[in-house]
Amino acid sequence: MTAMLELRGLTKRFGGLTATDNVSLSVAAGSLHALIGPNGAGKTTLIKQVAGDLRQDTGRIQLGGTEIGDLPAWERVRRGLARTFQITQLLPQYTALDNVALAVQVRQGHSFRFFADARRNPDAREQAGQYLQDVGLASRASSLVSEIGHGECKQLELAIALATRPSLLLLDEPMAGLSPLESQEMIDLLARLKGSVTIVLVEHDMDAVFALADRISVLVYGRVVATGDSDEIRANEEVRVAYLGGGDD
Amino acid sequence: MTSDSLETRIAKRMSSILTPRSGTMLVGGAMLAALPALVAAFNVPSVVGLATQILIYAIAAMSLNLVLGYGGMITFGHAAFFGLGGYTVGILYQHSADSSAFLGLIAGTDSLVVAVAAAMLVGAIGAAVIGGLSLRTSGVPFIMITLAFAQMVFFLFVSLKAYGGDDGLMMRRRDVLPFFNARDDTNYYYLCLGAAACWFALTACIVRSRFGFVLAGLRQNERRMAAVGVAPYRYRLAAFIIAGAGAGLAGALMANYLRFVSPDMMHWTKSGELMMMVILGGASTLIGPLLGAAVMVLLETLLAAQTENWQFYLGCILLAIVMLTRKGLAALFSRLPGIRS
Amino acid sequence: MIVLEQILNGVQFGVTLFLMSAGLTLIFGIMGVINLAHGSLYMIGAYAAALVAAHTGSVGLALLGGIATAAVGGIAIEFIVVRRLYERDHLDQVLATFALTLIINQGASMLFGRQPLFVSMPAALSGSVTLLPGLIYPVYRLAVIVLGLSVAAGLFLLIHYTRVGMLVRAGATHRQMVRALGVRVGRLYTMVFGLGALLAGLAGVVAGPITSVQVGMGEQILILAFVVVVIGGLGSVRGALFGALAAGLVDTMSRAFLPMLFRRLMDGPNADALASGMSSISIYLLMALVLLARPQGLLAGKP
Repeated sequence: MTAMLELRGLTKRFGGLTATDNVSLSVAAGSLHALIGPNGAGKTTLIKQVAGDLRQDTGRIQLGGTEIGDLPAWERVRRGLARTFQITQLLPQYTALDNVALAVQVRQGHSFRFFADARRNPDAREQAGQYLQDVGLASRASSLVSEIGHGECKQLELAIALATRPSLLLLDEPMAGLSPLESQEMIDLLARLKGSVTIVLVEHDMDAVFALADRISVLVYGRVVATGDSDEIRANEEVRVAYLGGGDD
Repeated sequence: MTSDSLETRIAKRMSSILTPRSGTMLVGGAMLAALPALVAAFNVPSVVGLATQILIYAIAAMSLNLVLGYGGMITFGHAAFFGLGGYTVGILYQHSADSSAFLGLIAGTDSLVVAVAAAMLVGAIGAAVIGGLSLRTSGVPFIMITLAFAQMVFFLFVSLKAYGGDDGLMMRRRDVLPFFNARDDTNYYYLCLGAAACWFALTACIVRSRFGFVLAGLRQNERRMAAVGVAPYRYRLAAFIIAGAGAGLAGALMANYLRFVSPDMMHWTKSGELMMMVILGGASTLIGPLLGAAVMVLLETLLAAQTENWQFYLGCILLAIVMLTRKGLAALFSRLPGIRS
Repeated sequence: MIVLEQILNGVQFGVTLFLMSAGLTLIFGIMGVINLAHGSLYMIGAYAAALVAAHTGSVGLALLGGIATAAVGGIAIEFIVVRRLYERDHLDQVLATFALTLIINQGASMLFGRQPLFVSMPAALSGSVTLLPGLIYPVYRLAVIVLGLSVAAGLFLLIHYTRVGMLVRAGATHRQMVRALGVRVGRLYTMVFGLGALLAGLAGVVAGPITSVQVGMGEQILILAFVVVVIGGLGSVRGALFGALAAGLVDTMSRAFLPMLFRRLMDGPNADALASGMSSISIYLLMALVLLARPQGLLAGKP
């Protein structure tokens, strides 16, 4: 199986602090690869480097075989990389449908049109509606982002990411702040997505991780201390110590 | 849709066109069109001149609004393009009057159409150069840089003694339009009214277009836009260039109205006045700049008639408005009964 | 020798620019506020010093009077207006401080009229001194250079070796964090603003005898200060020094030598006009070059 995402020797230092320490990772196409680790392990820093928000000091990032480490964030999106944000980043003055439709419009190109009304773009609107349906947000299509709840914002982030038709999806703590019911819905949603798109999932919610992940990497102080499937990781001594301090959860 | 009868469809279409908002605009437009007649009836001729200035500044303010209100780019150098437009007209007129050529290459003209088109082109090119450099930054550096470039243009024209320098350039006559006597102030008012209406329509189109959709998205959340694959620079630069052309248009009309251009047209305080018009009127609304221009021109005229130190009072008023309110006049306007923005 | 003299002039101008831009860059770096009224503080310093000098004849008192008035004025502005702007977006800051500029400038015009005030050179510092054989240079300008460089050294010590300076450095790069750490931000901000105002006032005081004192003098130099801050990098005092010296040298040298250069290429009046125009915009061209090469400024991130 070819690797959709390949990280080799990724390193990032902030002054004296090594936030990412020679990280190498390989994510197989169509799989769901989870990234876990205690707080401060550098998971978000790693995601930012992959997405292009932060420039790595050394190391290579390859998406589907192509080197993307030097490309700006928006260019990586064009190559098939999409992400959701831990703290949702939406367009607050627009409706949920607008948010997704804009992503569709951008993907389709032709955004340098000055005369046709953007909202009279039936193809984009229809696709957007479909994506909202897929994430379970169809009922909120015409609500303003400022009016929808936190969990719905997370779903909307996912819909927007899907609208870019990515080959790789980076999810930064999609469960954060969700109620148990919402979490279960999100887990079901991600389970449905598995296979059609490669997913890298950064999460604290262990139920979600063990339910969904094909492979798990554990990050501690910027280093990958273990990579394996859920059983291997559950059994790994180093991981237990790092997370649980030797005791039980 | 085929389930609706013809009558219902017509009714739906009519009610979507004749909203309270478009109704107000129609009435407003009619009043503007009838202004000279009303003015003549009540014998207050100076109002036409005032109204002409308001319309010209409204065009400049609308163009700034595209960048500032809709685009979210805080530029303090917009007057540079206003001045460039005015000087294009003035310089072309001077060369046509003494049959010389600009830089020995470009012949002068006193044709209104050519001069205005040239002014818009110069405004656009100026915006392309200044915007091209400035948009490599954002936030406070962007404000400082646009301010600095505008002042640079100011100094450039102050030093051009051949075109009047500090004293400015006079035009003996207004530019010429076939079959139209532009020298008559009432006619000129209608010309400016037409130009303002056109620019208004253009802005309305752009704002609702796919381009405008992306631009507004960039204003609301640039990170989100990058995350869907938008390269911010090219959209912002495009908006900047369009705005530059609009300011050039306004400058050209002002030059013809006053038959005078001076470097003051591009001084940074003029940029400040344009910004005040946009903010007072309500940024990121279509009608705001027109309201703001009206208020500013009237305010300045009234204050200047009372005291030499009108800038002091203008400053106090502006400070009060900025500190106390958040949205400007258009927000008040949209709270009138039956009107929703 | 002329070249050396012009270099010294350039350094002197640069030092004045530094005093203005150090305050601006500090205020932005720590508080995130863009302050268009900074030029008015320069003017206040100049006017205050001129008045005190006219009434007392004492150079020392004039100097003190100038910088004290500017500092007090700055603190008053911070207290009344600017502190409400910290949380607001940049547009509100720009408009509010622009309004302040109108108020202060027109106020000065109402108080002192539009005629420029001529400030005579302090007796002790007038006259020239021979630095090198063939190089005679005005004492006053030398004094300004020494003063400016001392201030730069003092600021450097303050920023890198004191507690306050540590907060300044931290604030310049991580403003929110400084606030979150519970530092008494209110007092820090007022102090920084007062310091910036004092520096601006000082620049105005020393500029008085060289250029005349009039309403609107602040705006010219304010915009140049903006250019310097952009060149050096927002929030970096080191950058402000470097940028100011570079700008001062570029401006002075082009004014001194471009006319000569252009007269070789074209005839008299055109050459002079073009040279005058080009030298006026030389600093902006420098800024444009920096923007092309390194948009965030040459020494950004290095307080």
